[in-house]
Amino acid sequence: MAEDLKLMRTWSSPYALRVVHALKIKGLEYETVLEDMTKKSASLLEYNPVHKKVPVLLHNGRPVCESLVILEYIDDVWKQPPLLPQDPNEKAMARFWANFGDDKVMPLTWRVFTSEGKDQEEAIGPMMENLKFLEEQLKGKSFFGGEAIGYTDIAFGWMGNLISILEEIIDLKLVDEEKFPLLSVWINKFSDDPVIKECWPPRDKMVEKFKVIRERYLKQAP
Amino acid sequence: MEEIPNKLRLYGTEASPYVRRVIWALKIKGIEYDFVQEDLSNKSPSLLRYNPINKTVPVLVHAGKAIAESVVILEYIEETWPDPTPLLPEHPYERAMARFWIAYGDQKQHHVFHSFLACSEEGKEKAAKDLMEMLKIVQDEALGDQKFFGGNTLSLVDLCYGWLTSLKYVERVVGVRVLEPTTLPKLHRWMQDFSEEPLVKENLPDLEAKLPELETLRKHLMSTNK
Repeated sequence: MAEDLKLMRTWSSPYALRVVHALKIKGLEYETVLEDMTKKSASLLEYNPVHKKVPVLLHNGRPVCESLVILEYIDDVWKQPPLLPQDPNEKAMARFWANFGDDKVMPLTWRVFTSEGKDQEEAIGPMMENLKFLEEQLKGKSFFGGEAIGYTDIAFGWMGNLISILEEIIDLKLVDEEKFPLLSVWINKFSDDPVIKECWPPRDKMVEKFKVIRERYLKQAP
Repeated sequence: MEEIPNKLRLYGTEASPYVRRVIWALKIKGIEYDFVQEDLSNKSPSLLRYNPINKTVPVLVHAGKAIAESVVILEYIEETWPDPTPLLPEHPYERAMARFWIAYGDQKQHHVFHSFLACSEEGKEKAAKDLMEMLKIVQDEALGDQKFFGGNTLSLVDLCYGWLTSLKYVERVVGVRVLEPTTLPKLHRWMQDFSEEPLVKENLPDLEAKLPELETLRKHLMSTNK
């Protein structure tokens, strides 16, 4: 029997894509509700009054907000296949690295992408330092989760399509194959995985969207 | 220091609210551990070895394995020692709500609190108002009419908002009150009830001695906040 599942998202949000990936891996069917962040629906404001953002997962009409909270919820309710490891210590590591991605890697990548010249140069160093930690985590593993895609892989899933898109726009290699061989392989493996592949939003639309974003930031810069 | 299998060690400081929440969790669950007091201006080699990524406290070392990030540590403690005092609800939806409010507090707290501590004399009222608005959301949406965020018993959410018991020191240093029975009645009542819980009361941070440090920090933040 189908679950009563709805996902409120936008066509491009990387946070929403995490939930799309998780639901796909669990083999769950759901209804998509596409939102426009420039014109938020009354439903979105009702279901996520605190943040007013996507993604929002509605299960039997009850909202769960914040992508990583949603991933844990999905894993709690539908056990197979598991996204988080069973061992408490490994589970802690999976959560730690996902937080690291959101707290450090994503904001630093964003800083590099939305700046130029000296500002950009200064942002690259810290970004590379943090990518080194990720590279180390992949030693001896196909995915952050081990042999199969797991919670941490999904958390870093934004790198699967966004890195190459951002690289194209700023004409700068962010994840160099020589400096980060394991991470480069992971990006390709993740983005080409049959479950993940069909979920990517159209690349040309993404390039267009992020070009506009970068220009806006560069105009604003002092 | 020699590694003793199964021994639990917590690296922390007296003042860090992130360390404090872990201390409360361990005390409430009756789990024994060694506490290693760190000087963050002179971090120990052990701390840097156990947390090379963020190089900060808290770090929990259990059977030789290190775990960093307070919320990750709390979830680990909860999973490893769930009984007899669980600190997360059993039902997945309620767990999701608990995690949501923990994440909200940590996302907003750092920024809004920092702005409050760093605000100029002219910006004081606005900074207080911003903090109050954030706390009002927590009060109305997360706490409601419950005794604790966890209902009748404490949960990880209570521990993560436990820093509110120390807000009075910051209010003193900044010179404006935010968490009052008149402004945030339910949250203020919660804060008092929380501080009275025996295992919390015995383990409140000693911050009176830190007031001069806090004043210096405020002055520094004010000057860099131009």
